[in-house]
Amino acid sequence: MNVKPAPLLEVTGLNVHFGGTGFIPGLRTPPLRAVNDVSLAVMPGETLGLVGESGSGKSTLGRAILRLGELTSGEIVFDGTDMARATVGDLNRLRRQSAMIFQDPYGALNPRMRVGDAIAEVLRVHRKVPSSRIGSRIAELLNLVGLDAGYANSRPLDLSGGQCQRIGIARALAVEPKLIVADECVAALDVSIQGQILNLLMDLREQIGMAIIFIAHDLAIVRRLCDRVAVMYLGRIVETGPTEEVFTEPRHPYTASLLRAIPDIDPDRGLPENPLAGEPPSPIALPCGCAFHPRCPNALPDCSTGEPPRLGRDGPHRAACILPPGEIRI
Amino acid sequence: MSEPILSVRDLSVVAQVEGTTHTIVDQVSFDLQRGEILGLVGESGSGKSMTSRALIRLLQSSRLSVSGGSAILKGEDIFTFDERAMRDVRGGSIGMIFQNPSSHLDPVMSIGKQIAESIRFHKAVSRKEARGRAVEILRQVGIPDPERRYNAYAHEFSGGMRQRAMIAVALACDPDILIADEPTTALDVTVQAQILKLLTDLRDTRGVSIIFITHDLGIVSQICDRVAVMYGGRIVELGGKREVIGSGRHPYTAGLVACQPAEGHPGERVRTINGQPPRIGHMPAGCRFHPRCPRVDEWCSTVCPDLVTSGPGHQVACHHPIPHTPAEAAT
Amino acid sequence: MTLARTQTARAGFRLAFGGGPLPLYLGGAILLIWFALAVMAPLLAPYDPIFQDGTARLQPPNSVHWFGTDNFGRDILSRIVWGARIDLQIALFGVVFPFLIGTTLGSCAGYFGGWIDTVLMRIIDVVLAFPFLVLMMAIIVILKPGLSSFYVAMALVGWVSYARLVRAQILVIKSSDFVLAATSLGYSHSRIMFRHLLPNAILGSVVFSMSDAVLVLLNGAAISYLGLGVQPPTAEWGIMIAEGQSFITSAWWITTFPGIAIVTLAMGFSLLADGLGELLGVRE
Repeated sequence: MNVKPAPLLEVTGLNVHFGGTGFIPGLRTPPLRAVNDVSLAVMPGETLGLVGESGSGKSTLGRAILRLGELTSGEIVFDGTDMARATVGDLNRLRRQSAMIFQDPYGALNPRMRVGDAIAEVLRVHRKVPSSRIGSRIAELLNLVGLDAGYANSRPLDLSGGQCQRIGIARALAVEPKLIVADECVAALDVSIQGQILNLLMDLREQIGMAIIFIAHDLAIVRRLCDRVAVMYLGRIVETGPTEEVFTEPRHPYTASLLRAIPDIDPDRGLPENPLAGEPPSPIALPCGCAFHPRCPNALPDCSTGEPPRLGRDGPHRAACILPPGEIRI
Repeated sequence: MSEPILSVRDLSVVAQVEGTTHTIVDQVSFDLQRGEILGLVGESGSGKSMTSRALIRLLQSSRLSVSGGSAILKGEDIFTFDERAMRDVRGGSIGMIFQNPSSHLDPVMSIGKQIAESIRFHKAVSRKEARGRAVEILRQVGIPDPERRYNAYAHEFSGGMRQRAMIAVALACDPDILIADEPTTALDVTVQAQILKLLTDLRDTRGVSIIFITHDLGIVSQICDRVAVMYGGRIVELGGKREVIGSGRHPYTAGLVACQPAEGHPGERVRTINGQPPRIGHMPAGCRFHPRCPRVDEWCSTVCPDLVTSGPGHQVACHHPIPHTPAEAAT
Repeated sequence: MTLARTQTARAGFRLAFGGGPLPLYLGGAILLIWFALAVMAPLLAPYDPIFQDGTARLQPPNSVHWFGTDNFGRDILSRIVWGARIDLQIALFGVVFPFLIGTTLGSCAGYFGGWIDTVLMRIIDVVLAFPFLVLMMAIIVILKPGLSSFYVAMALVGWVSYARLVRAQILVIKSSDFVLAATSLGYSHSRIMFRHLLPNAILGSVVFSMSDAVLVLLNGAAISYLGLGVQPPTAEWGIMIAEGQSFITSAWWITTFPGIAIVTLAMGFSLLADGLGELLGVRE
């Protein structure tokens, strides 16, 4: 019998709500529901793409998973421990096995520290190598991300955006993480540099085998890099599945319209005739029923009432839509 | 081809940084036809935004200045205009749309007022008439319920609506040219599609010419008629979008198209252009692209190639352009 | 953004090669001169600063007493040179203690937030509710007039400005990605605070401390003038002005020269503050 491998990370029913407190009941501000009832799993060595527009809660979710932000309820089981109820010791273990890569390559590095010192700090704090080997380990890590060891002496401000992002990745790798959360880590870079960083991530994944949660709004990049993808809309995962399946046969109208809205680099294809109307509503006042129904061209009367539809439970490719997969017209 | 509405020749912009002069925009020349959308594509530091700001003489810093060239708008060189005449050009003949509408809209004046104000500044019309026109423009840019929204402030609009409002302000005086500087970069893709649709519709209905500045080749291939690719402050390739994107002859253009993550299969490595874009003050000699170019030879590192015609309406600045037809290979 | 970055990065380079802002050098030079005078006071001062020469009272500036003498026949020049020792000390200690206390408390408040922040901010409100000088005087009177009481009072009252300044800076920097990165890498609170937050937050306070030195100096003079600080017959500029004020119409030199001394020293500090601010790109 095949034993199903245990996921590295399993998130169940995660909610992150902000605000909504106040002493006087009448003046209480409604909570901002950034992440609603999200469940997902990441296998060791797997790359999961987390896709959505601004305000979809993808970054908040990424931070909550690493316990870098508050969470309201739910479970985050990392390597067998529920980190949502973590003790100080558990959190330390999480920090030793996970790392984050950020969008702004400059902002993620302390401007007053040489990049070598920034990497050395990780090695010292986590006692990764004996202090005599720190210098050579820094050189190793810099080589790993395609930089000359001489860069250890430079400061972030002397480097280009792409080089800084490589340093950020080297620092993340210094932890020797099992899981990396990359939050829009190529969005701030020029196209010609984006490719270099993407290739680096693909190379590192093969060499080191860490799992990556890749948060992005650029679907083309996600398609290139990720094994599986989860599409978020207003704090909920509306569709998840193997990347190619989701991209070729989207089952949620939102995914379908998102895919159609990407400007295609084909001079013979013009603009899509009827772009999806409207804009995502505020996460403070979520619509009843399916949050997408006010913009959905397929919406039925049932979509605007009751509980939002849940992700289906059939197979790896699942969508939170009451329509059968064939009925979506965008 | 008819007389171009705007004709830019040898536009150069220099920056004074700590006593030394750096050329940021280097002898840029292009024509803009009536009712045409011209894409200005490039990476950060390529000089694409600077070019557009130089055209309306709104450079962000006193250290920047236009050092030469001409820009003939409807028969007159606007670089010879004084500040007063320039004010009539800005918002009059040329409207601007920026990436971040919230920082370019007045937060304490209602959107409708801002449009009416601009109309009254440039044209002798009554207050009531200006209001009527403003409401009409708001309707045209797709703002629902324009009579009521006339009195709304920028912060009451969502991101996409704010960009529509900004377009409305730019359209206030019925300009001949719209300069759109990365107008959709801060927007979500679904909203971006709406704004792009709006801009092409405006071109079709009003016949306005648009200079569309972007780093996104996808947008260029969807909405532009012609494309100018900029690198290191110079235009390296200029032509119809089919020629430039489909069969670009400059190695940089071809590299840029090839390194789009959408080009290729999942898991496959993305094609890349080696190295980094040049930084201000560290411009390479000769062809600006030669340190990153796969077709480089000694000539490229010493002589900077001029923009020369390589086909009908297609210009390229390269000593060794990529051949796509036998005829091109022979040249 | 990029320009601001390059500016900070180049600051060190510019300084090393003499390209720094002029006020920095001017202010630095003035302070250096006063410091040298103070250190070498025993060698430079022509007379004993507290020696009373009964035969040479209220002499106007002349070739023997360049700056004249006061009503006790003490040499003004010698008293000013010796007084520099006390006044520089006042400027130094009057700034260092508030700086240390304020920075520590302010960064704790900004970093931890919550009730620590609330309590601290209320304490600051209370301190600020009293007029500055009145509060200082009250503390000094309770403790016993003297220079050490002045330092204690300065520390108790002066820290609030530093605390507020640092707290505001920390609040801004706390939300930046590199601090989040530090948290994600499992660094301890103290490491994040002292290695990552403070070095980036403290610049503004350093610049402010220079202009604060001016206020402290004037305060010290005022407190001494009121008889609560340095006690006579010690040579100190504030006391000298206080003692000379009854002769202001007949013997202008008694008050004028120490006045000029205070003004130049204060100018030195404030020029240095301007220069530092420009060099480091800090705007107040």
